Amino acid sequence: MSPTLLIIAFAVILIIYFVATYNGFIVLKTRIQEALSGIDVQLKRRADLIPNLVETVKGYAKHEKEVFENVTKARSALVSAKSLKDKAEANNELTGALKNLFAVAEAYPQLQASQNFQDLQKQLEDTEDKVAYSRQFYNSNVLDFNTKAQTFPNNVIASMFGFKEFEFFQATEDEKKKVDVKF
Amino acid sequence: MSIYSQINKNRWRTYLIFCIFILLTCGFFYLIGKTVDSASAYLTLGIIFSVASSFGSYFFADKIVLFSTGAFPADKKRFFDFYTVTENLSIAAGLPMPKLYVIDDSAPNAFATGRDPKHAVVCATTGLLSKLSRAEIEGVVAHELSHVKNYDILLMSVVSVLVGTIALASDWMMRGFLWGGFGKRDRDNDQNNNPLMLILAILALIIAPLVAMLIQMAISRKREFLADANGALLTRYPEGLARALEKIASDHDQLQTASNATAHLFISSPFKEKNSFNWLTNLFSTHPPIKERVKILRSM
Repeated sequence: MSPTLLIIAFAVILIIYFVATYNGFIVLKTRIQEALSGIDVQLKRRADLIPNLVETVKGYAKHEKEVFENVTKARSALVSAKSLKDKAEANNELTGALKNLFAVAEAYPQLQASQNFQDLQKQLEDTEDKVAYSRQFYNSNVLDFNTKAQTFPNNVIASMFGFKEFEFFQATEDEKKKVDVKF
Repeated sequence: MSIYSQINKNRWRTYLIFCIFILLTCGFFYLIGKTVDSASAYLTLGIIFSVASSFGSYFFADKIVLFSTGAFPADKKRFFDFYTVTENLSIAAGLPMPKLYVIDDSAPNAFATGRDPKHAVVCATTGLLSKLSRAEIEGVVAHELSHVKNYDILLMSVVSVLVGTIALASDWMMRGFLWGGFGKRDRDNDQNNNPLMLILAILALIIAPLVAMLIQMAISRKREFLADANGALLTRYPEGLARALEKIASDHDQLQTASNATAHLFISSPFKEKNSFNWLTNLFSTHPPIKERVKILRSM
């Protein structure tokens, strides 16, 4: 085989490799964006449940103004948050405010017994699970992308096309603790 | 081993099973044809029958399995935990939401079927949904979704339908032999020497172990362990599935609708010890012992 042919063959293989790696990055990036919009959907669902919940609790516990204000404030912060970091923070804030709300609700047996309140609580818990799982899906995709972007020789191609690593969606300290399941 | 190689392996095994099934059936029909001197006609019949049931099992396996177990669709209101837990885990696994079905039976058990994640079905008994907590149901559904993601469901459902077909045919032949061989002995001596009946009977005896081998091929213990591990990865809570398996194992109710053809689909063998004197059940024993699975889950 002549040297020119060898060089051409080498170049072709190199090009194919470049194209395949580039496409691989794009696929992973699209998947991350999709996962991110999945988180947004669940966060919005969570935010949408709040006004209803506040109204229901208000019906039984009028005097706990401060608690309601905190929840409403945290909710609007979550709705208006733009960056991933802000969203994660606002979501944590809301979790804290809701914890207070439910702690207050403990003192009102009639509220606890109301079917509406129980339904809302169930839906909210489920939505929190959904947020957690969509975050898990997002993070595992980010992990795939970042691992690929850091390992050699992919990192050369990543820096050539300006692929930056994605940031993880952080869980709260509370959520990181081991979950105790009651029976 | 990556999930993609697992998917490919399952696909190829499914095609291989189709080939084996078609060859076996055609050979069988050819033999029958030979005894009655119309080999080619019977061979054509065999080809049509086996190819048709292969296609049928590929496209309709989920419906056939659901029909044979008597399952009905689950709605979100009545089965809130089952429905929402599956929604959540589908999000985590990046899978489309599978269709959900429920079997009205007090024995706790569950299975998944379908040909790919877009046509997947997860089915649980009412016993499972009422006896298990939300975290335990989550563990079970995560296990089933891992089967969906790995394409285990394709292989397992196809095997179910083909095995069901063979079992049915082999059952008929055994009856034919008993009826032709013993029942008519006193009245009609000619019947006793019919070579066709003898051949059919021998074939039926050969086919049963072959069918068992087919199931063994579809169900390696590794497949269940892998689904346990992937399920735990999904929920990040192996204890949920471990507790669920313990509850399922310690339950004494017997699942009414399971058969040898569908037993391997379930998360835990639907046949309890009281049936284990049945040699066929032992032959078809497809599930690794629960104790071992729980031990592995607890060590994660």
